[in-house]
Amino acid sequence: MDQATHAVQTPSTPVGTTQGHDDAGQQHPLGVYFKIWGLLFVLSALSYAVDYFGFQGLTRWSLILIFMFLKAGLIVSVFMHMVWERLALIYAILLPPLALIVLVGLMSLEADYTHWTRMLFYETPAAIEPVEHH
Amino acid sequence: MSQNTHVATEPHSLETLVSDWSTDQEVFKKVQWGKAMMWIFLLSDTFIFSCFLTSYMTVRATTMVAWPNPSEVFALTLFGENIPLILIAIMTFVLISSSGTMALAVNFGYRRNRKATAYLMLATALLGATFVGMQAFEWSKLIAEGVRPWGNPFGAPQFGASFFMITGFHGFHVSIGVIYLTIIALRVLNGVYDRNGKYEVVEITGLYWHFVDLVWVFIFAFFYLW
Repeated sequence: MDQATHAVQTPSTPVGTTQGHDDAGQQHPLGVYFKIWGLLFVLSALSYAVDYFGFQGLTRWSLILIFMFLKAGLIVSVFMHMVWERLALIYAILLPPLALIVLVGLMSLEADYTHWTRMLFYETPAAIEPVEHH
Repeated sequence: MSQNTHVATEPHSLETLVSDWSTDQEVFKKVQWGKAMMWIFLLSDTFIFSCFLTSYMTVRATTMVAWPNPSEVFALTLFGENIPLILIAIMTFVLISSSGTMALAVNFGYRRNRKATAYLMLATALLGATFVGMQAFEWSKLIAEGVRPWGNPFGAPQFGASFFMITGFHGFHVSIGVIYLTIIALRVLNGVYDRNGKYEVVEITGLYWHFVDLVWVFIFAFFYLW
């Protein structure tokens, strides 16, 4: 790629960051990274606490998912600089994974079917231990 | 929008999205090609890891035998106490720390601080190597306890296959990342990017490293905590 293209100024920043630089590329105050780093530590500790204090059922699953998505969001948006990228790149990278929702949906339907089929036809008591958590 | 420039300047408007995608040259304006290509590679990697996690979901949902409780399987006895999942928690913190040092390295790279960049990258690589080491310990512990891809003493036989496949592929990514980081860090230290002005290489390496951390977030949630 030619130097002239990315020697122009980088995109403006939404979250109150300054852009004092003469190079191409992403430059943000160090404080942003320390804050996100701290947040990631707190969120990891919280997700570990979910297991440590033994939450079960719906509470457990929703807490796990909330902390997971918050961590993933922080990493992608700040550490990987996605909030400062152009919309063309953001959409090109973040939209395709939505197709995975379809895959997960189809596979969970299929898994449900397989599981019930096994329940119906695998009923050989000696070979199989009792199912407890379904 | 000005008519003279074909590159729209406001990065988050729909106008730039349309104009970027409708030019017949490059799509990703002002994005270094290496960075765009790394993003596209990471997108493809996302699909690979998602396939692993989805197949794990499928086998776990269909098995007739109870799934082993990860909280107990990955517990360690430290200081005379049995702490659930502690090794995995430590590994998570090690990997997040390495992501932090990497983010700082990228920042110092764009400040043209050669030494700070290189040493922060080497620190990242060292934390990554620590992570792989702990994973090797975890693998040998489980193998010693009789966990195999085709069965284990704790419950559903699919547990071993999912475990070795998912954490193995992730550990492989971390190992490659450690090598990649070390090579780029040494190049930074030698002043290669001071001479050719391409400090974005550090950011591209950082993208790969943060992605490895990102994947771990999902593995931690779905495999170890669920």
